[in-house]
Amino acid sequence: MSILGKLSLDAIPFHEPILIATFSVIAIAGLVLAFLLIKYNLLGILWRDWLTSIDHKRLGVMYIVLALIMLLRGFADAIMMRLQLALATNGDPGYLPPHHYDQVFTAHGVIMIIFMAMPFMIGLMNIVVPLQIGARDVAFPFLNNLSFWLTAGGAILINVSLFVGEFAKTGWVAYPPLAGLQFSPDVGVDYYIWALQISGIGTTLTAVNFLATVFKMRAPGMKLMDMPIFTWTCTWANILIAASFPILTAVLAMLTLDRYLDFHFFTNDGGGNSMMYINLFWAWGHPEVYILVLPAFGIFSEVVSTFTGKRLFGYKSMVWATASISVLGFIVWLHHFFTMGSSANVNAFFGVMTMIIAVPTGVKLFNWLFTMYRGRLRITVPVLWTLGFMVTFTIGGMTGVLLAVPGADYVLHNSLFLIAHFHNTIIGGAVFGYLAGFAFWFPKVMGFHLNVKLGKAAFWCWLVGFFMAFMPLYVLGFLGMTRRLNHTDNPDFNIWLYIALVGAFIIMAGIVCQLLQLYVSFRDRAQNLDTTGDPWNGHTLEWSTASPPQYYNFAEIPTVSDIDAFTDMKEKGEAYVRKDSYAPIHMPKNTASGMAISGCITVMGFALIWHIWWLAALGLLGSFVALVMRVYTKDIDYYVQPDEVARIENAHLDNVAKG
Amino acid sequence: MLTRILSKVALALMVGLLAGCQGGVLDPKGQVGIEEKQLIIVATLLMLLVVIPVIFMTLYFAWKYREGRDEIYEPKWSHSTKIETIVWVIPIIIIIVLGVITWKSTQDLDPYKPLEHDKDHINVEVVSMNWKWLFIYPDLGIASVNELRFPANVPVAFHISSEGTMNSFFIPQLGSQIYSMAGMVTKLHLIANEPGTFKGFSANYSGPGFSGMKFNAIATETEADFDAWVEGVKAESIAGSINNGILDQVSYDKLAEYDADPHHKHKATPVQYYGSIQSGIFHNNVMKFMKDYGTVDILEGTSFDTPMMRSMKQGEMDHSKMNHGEMNHESSEHSSDDMHMEADK
Repeated sequence: MSILGKLSLDAIPFHEPILIATFSVIAIAGLVLAFLLIKYNLLGILWRDWLTSIDHKRLGVMYIVLALIMLLRGFADAIMMRLQLALATNGDPGYLPPHHYDQVFTAHGVIMIIFMAMPFMIGLMNIVVPLQIGARDVAFPFLNNLSFWLTAGGAILINVSLFVGEFAKTGWVAYPPLAGLQFSPDVGVDYYIWALQISGIGTTLTAVNFLATVFKMRAPGMKLMDMPIFTWTCTWANILIAASFPILTAVLAMLTLDRYLDFHFFTNDGGGNSMMYINLFWAWGHPEVYILVLPAFGIFSEVVSTFTGKRLFGYKSMVWATASISVLGFIVWLHHFFTMGSSANVNAFFGVMTMIIAVPTGVKLFNWLFTMYRGRLRITVPVLWTLGFMVTFTIGGMTGVLLAVPGADYVLHNSLFLIAHFHNTIIGGAVFGYLAGFAFWFPKVMGFHLNVKLGKAAFWCWLVGFFMAFMPLYVLGFLGMTRRLNHTDNPDFNIWLYIALVGAFIIMAGIVCQLLQLYVSFRDRAQNLDTTGDPWNGHTLEWSTASPPQYYNFAEIPTVSDIDAFTDMKEKGEAYVRKDSYAPIHMPKNTASGMAISGCITVMGFALIWHIWWLAALGLLGSFVALVMRVYTKDIDYYVQPDEVARIENAHLDNVAKG
Repeated sequence: MLTRILSKVALALMVGLLAGCQGGVLDPKGQVGIEEKQLIIVATLLMLLVVIPVIFMTLYFAWKYREGRDEIYEPKWSHSTKIETIVWVIPIIIIIVLGVITWKSTQDLDPYKPLEHDKDHINVEVVSMNWKWLFIYPDLGIASVNELRFPANVPVAFHISSEGTMNSFFIPQLGSQIYSMAGMVTKLHLIANEPGTFKGFSANYSGPGFSGMKFNAIATETEADFDAWVEGVKAESIAGSINNGILDQVSYDKLAEYDADPHHKHKATPVQYYGSIQSGIFHNNVMKFMKDYGTVDILEGTSFDTPMMRSMKQGEMDHSKMNHGEMNHESSEHSSDDMHMEADK
């Protein structure tokens, strides 16, 4: 075996023009970016203020930047698939052969769930949760930085697979025996395993970190049942992560043993059984969808109550509904494979359990409705996303309950009806929620407003595009079109495939609007500054800080006596009180250790994918050395002096007074 | 604006469903499929009882309570026991109704349950291979590839397994699908209520040749037509088809071979027939994944204590003696079984 393991020049896809073009574009964009960074002397700022930062707000921004980049990659995959299916009708092979197409749909699923939705959710949580509970940072700021870099390491691996070797051709669920060594001897599944494994560890650490934060670092006076609703939904999501991601880690470890050491957990022969993988995968996979959507529910709750200028209707119902969704989310996984031959009783049990989730979800919808009732709803961009969600998600929930009826699932399973359903809930639920949260908290984080016109244009493109892209998929499911087909030969399908492609292009227009919105808003930021820190007349503590928030968040930890803590302070006249003196603030120092540890682990992952054993050992050793060096570093914190705190606070209060 | 778009989409959807549903699951031609279509319609209507008011109230409340209108404004109103009771109770009632329907329909539509019919089931053993379907008629002594033929109005019992990757055996117009998995046998019972040619395929992605994994399920008009076809296959006299002689282990292995190179174009396998079969070929190939590993332990009193397990213990894995009856669950143990899967631990 060569010193580079399985890696050779053959792994570079010179013969694939699409990939070479993509690589060229990315390489040129990277060079332009590097040139601009050097020209405007921004490298130092990038390194000091961002890459090595352990400030939860900056990490949150980096998570969201990662999510947006991955959204573009995942969406490029989506439009390639829609184009292939619109071209490859009536027996035409289309332009993407299975070898390429199968990687595209696998990458689309993995990227959108693991590297788009998860970082977006975790990014918003990073920014908002510590501020909402009146904390200066998370419980373990360095761990938070490490979590981010582990997520980024996984994302780097999955993107390297574009140009070095190939990605998995198994679908994002990577069911064995197809994902086993016998049927997938190439490196694709290994890229899948290590990208998910490395980022998954980062996600698990994030959940532990935020649970510790929420349980130990709430502002005085804030009982659990006083926590803002977004913090509550994130907390349930974190409980789900802490409980379910270890299952993913374990099942991937078993698949790794099958592939690397000739074990027989999931193989056809040797006593293996692929059904075990499928059960374990969904024991993680189903809670995962609630991990994505619960924080989005929290965002909608914040948006509705803020922009109606009202308290959230039924706060306790909301918390308990979230709790019951979280618990029930763990005992429904079998509905992903009613067709695997379980007995009628087992199928019926899991079907009914799944339906029961519709009850707390329905309660949430009603509670948002009654929050609007007798309110003063300002139709802003976050509100548009919320209304769009309430309509779209209700339809997605209905088709979900339909799929939970085993007798219906027997004919709809794995069809495009299923694809339509989960995009209906993940786009119409989770993604609309994140985009609402993005528009809602953007002025808080960046200190200036987003352009409203382009924001509304983006919303309408997404909404119309969504319905045009996915309603035809429901029809195609009824027509008997199954998922992951490379080409079709049924003329009845064609018109619906064309409409879906048009819908995808309208969504693309929405994404373009959002990118334009970012550019225009940044260009015109001087006219759109948010000087008060409270642009929407917010209810919760994050709006009591400046925009962008002071790096220490709160000069003095606030005392809380109401769910809508900041509204309460404003009403009592306790907001914006000038203090005569401040105490020094204890803060953590930036560090490059997270990057170093994660970088070494990513190298190890790459080496394991290509069987470069010496490099894998080196990577592991490197990460251990970096960790030990971090552990023995004493110089990890500092104090912000009272005069600096006073200067920053007075500047903020002056701005507030000016309005 | 939103309502207008939505109503247009809904209209397009309905027109599409009514006009273009030929050949899909909403155009069933068999008893199982017909019941499943009815189930889909009933469940959908039941849910629309909540869904339509929610969508309507969303748009109505957003319009009525928008800023600038002089509606009642109660910023501190956030709790009403009456409303909260209603919003919990209404979904609970609907889910209870739907839950009862689900429980009953799941029992009725259990794919493992033989269909109630005057006539006996025709037995077909199905093997998914990369990337084609093998249909073995054990009682008739013939087999076919990528074509499934049976008479209309006669129930068919399928025993389904796989040679390699997992697939799903699905004929949308007849009803339910079931996974095919190597080393395991799953079961499915279907019937065609009228003659016709129905599309069948794999509904679970299984590799580069997956899209070509299609077959025609042909329900003949009469049993005599079917018998004539069987005789034709036995005599290897069906013109225009590939007649492959006997399906024994050698020809089975040859059939199961496939082009593993993902870069190649994977053409669909043409229809072919075997005029005779080696007895037990299906079960021999199901059991071959396990036969060299371990011994059989009878866990007395558990669901693993079945006649099949006992026969395996006696024969110490002499699988060639296994036959169909032993693989079947007795109906009495049906309810105590967690899984139907006749894996062979």
